[in-house]
Amino acid sequence: MGKKVGMEVSIAAAEAAALCDVDVVAAYPITPQTHIVEHLSELVANGHLDAEFVPVESEHSAMSVCCGSAAAGARTITSTAAQGLALMAEIVFIASAMRLPMVMLVANRALSAPLSIWNDHSDAMMVRDCGWIQVFCENGQDVYDHVFHGFRVGEDPRVLLPVMINLDGFILTHVIEPMEFWTKEMAKSYLPPFKPVYRLHPDKVVSMGAFGMPEIYAEQKMAHDVALRNSRPVIDEAWDELARLTGRRYSAVEHYKTDGAETLILAMGSLCETASLAVDQMRDGGKKVGLVKLRLWRPFPFAEIRQALAGAKDVVVLDRSVSTGGGSAPVTSEIRAVMYHEPSRPKIHCMIAGLGGRDVTPDDVSNMVDMALAGTGAEYYIYGVRG
Amino acid sequence: MAEEKKKRILKPIKDFPLDEYIASGHRACQGCAEVLAVRHVLKAIGPDMVLAMATGCMEIISSPYPFTSWNVPWIHVAFENAAAVGSGVEAGLKALRRKGRIPDKNVTVVAMGGDGGTSDIGFQALSGMFERGHKMIYVCVDNEAYMNTGVQRSSSTPFGASTTTSPAGKARPSGQNTWKKDMTAIAAAHNIPYAATACPSYYSDLMRKVRRAAEVEGPAYLHVLSVCPTGWRVPPQTSIKYGALAVDSGVFPLYEVDHGVWKLSRKPKNLKPVTEYLKGQGRFRHLDEGMIALIQERVIANWERLLKLCEATGDKPAQSGSES
Ligand SMILES: Cc1ncc(C[n+]2csc(CCOP(=O)(O)OP(=O)(O)O)c2C)c(N)n1
Ligand code: SF4
Ligand SMILES: [Mg+2]
Repeated sequence: MGKKVGMEVSIAAAEAAALCDVDVVAAYPITPQTHIVEHLSELVANGHLDAEFVPVESEHSAMSVCCGSAAAGARTITSTAAQGLALMAEIVFIASAMRLPMVMLVANRALSAPLSIWNDHSDAMMVRDCGWIQVFCENGQDVYDHVFHGFRVGEDPRVLLPVMINLDGFILTHVIEPMEFWTKEMAKSYLPPFKPVYRLHPDKVVSMGAFGMPEIYAEQKMAHDVALRNSRPVIDEAWDELARLTGRRYSAVEHYKTDGAETLILAMGSLCETASLAVDQMRDGGKKVGLVKLRLWRPFPFAEIRQALAGAKDVVVLDRSVSTGGGSAPVTSEIRAVMYHEPSRPKIHCMIAGLGGRDVTPDDVSNMVDMALAGTGAEYYIYGVRG
Repeated sequence: MAEEKKKRILKPIKDFPLDEYIASGHRACQGCAEVLAVRHVLKAIGPDMVLAMATGCMEIISSPYPFTSWNVPWIHVAFENAAAVGSGVEAGLKALRRKGRIPDKNVTVVAMGGDGGTSDIGFQALSGMFERGHKMIYVCVDNEAYMNTGVQRSSSTPFGASTTTSPAGKARPSGQNTWKKDMTAIAAAHNIPYAATACPSYYSDLMRKVRRAAEVEGPAYLHVLSVCPTGWRVPPQTSIKYGALAVDSGVFPLYEVDHGVWKLSRKPKNLKPVTEYLKGQGRFRHLDEGMIALIQERVIANWERLLKLCEATGDKPAQSGSES
């Protein structure tokens, strides 16, 4: 294992992209994503990264440029957050349906209004059904490693899908963390050059993006769904290889002190680290509480989630966005649906916290668990709201 | 096979390649001059190109999955982003070529959109593409309305045209009551190396301009008036005639702006009266004399302004910002 060096997570993510030898970067600035693209443009300007940096005039064009460049067979990266993701959303759905591999770092930020530059997951949940591979990262190392993982999986001819790497705005993007860095050789051995099955080039004529009549549209949607589900073994394989190379093991669903737990907390992203501290406290206090971390959001890891939650009496899902006027928040809805047909199923509580940058401490997590177990009397509960 | 037959019948025309890059059998209406413009553009460039196309008639008539009419690499992503998708293709191919991952050969990247996809919803993406200086051609095929969705007005619809969202009525007798957006001048104002107007009725001029656009270093813009018999409510066999009348009446002058120098491509001795152009077009049938006079006045004023621009820039080319 290598030596740990402190670096801002955004800078590290850009450095990872450079080690991946990306060909095209197209992005538009938005807080808290800015440091990522600033550093990428710096790397290009300094000649450390031989890529085209396309300083687009909007996020809509950022994603459109990425589609064009991925279709040309170039290794492509972009990054955005919140309003930027909303503006590009139209093309986000098209990129995956057209099977164009690329990596997008989403520095998760709350959607307006009110305008907020701070962190939650409302942006990612808005595009939940966009057909991309979607992972949520817990810490800086996780983000850094997943840039390599993302390209390797997305460009794999068995997959050919774009990959969205979610990292919490500010909480991850702007902190300096100790990390182990890859060498050029490691990157080379892990990530083969992108060899697209089809590319836009006169040497082999193709048409991309034909429209679908009613007699073919459903088949195309099904094909996309099958492709996303079938990416799972490739995702796992790439994690295995990453573990061999770095000693760090990632999986779709991870456990923390779940042995013998009667109550499970389920969280995504950087909140997992906070929740693990809360679990330590609660365990010390004699409570049988554990943590399930959901890293792979799409394709959804059904089997692991069912297995992870099967033995618990209660599951407290910590959601980071609101499905306004809906049944519950997005992650809880999913977990409830997945567990519905299980012969013995836990009670699934929905706790919404950390909206628009509201701090969530380990004490808050313990509190939410207590409140959930005591019963809130509602389908979902927005924690910590002053009334 | 049909192609072989055609080859035998057609007498070769100078600089008019016989190869077809958009196959017949597409679903355009009879007499569609927009698809004719596309055909000419592709012929002028030849096979070493990539075409990024906006949603609109040309995309819909050519690509019902799993069929395609395209004999060149072609991509459609959405309505408003052909310029950005083309930018991405250009950037991608450039990086790959520099890094030795694709053959070292020149590929002309073309983005294409209708007047709606260009002058309205795709305006920002187009301006970005110009400003960034991508080496590519943007072609606007202008049939003066959103035809694909059923003849709604665009900012490129001329004053006086009745469309489904600018219908002539008692309260607004002119139909469209705004003047056509001058996209070519707006393109030229970006200081790109080349911007020009063209019309398939004058196909050799059109093809010459396409070749010039492919040759310059940096972005080029072509604004091609494309008669749409369906939306203009004219008989299909008259599209070529109406295209020529638009040019010869000064309604749609043919000119180019080459490195800041404005040049007329066709200078009729006397402009034909606009009535000759307007006559017989269903979209203009409601116009009264007053409105026609207004149009005539505007055409003359624009024409004179154009002559002055040509004169003023003729012998001292302006600096082109985007060429590098
Ligand atoms: C974002 C978005 N808005 C609206 C549409 C619907 N739409 C598709 S094509 C079109 C009009 C196309 O007009 P134009 O660009 O002039 O091309 P034409 O069909 O006339 O050749 C419209 C409004 C769309 N596809 N996407
Ligand atoms: S509606 Fe007009 S532009 Fe569209 S295919 Fe028909 S004739 Fe051509
Ligand atoms: Mg149109």
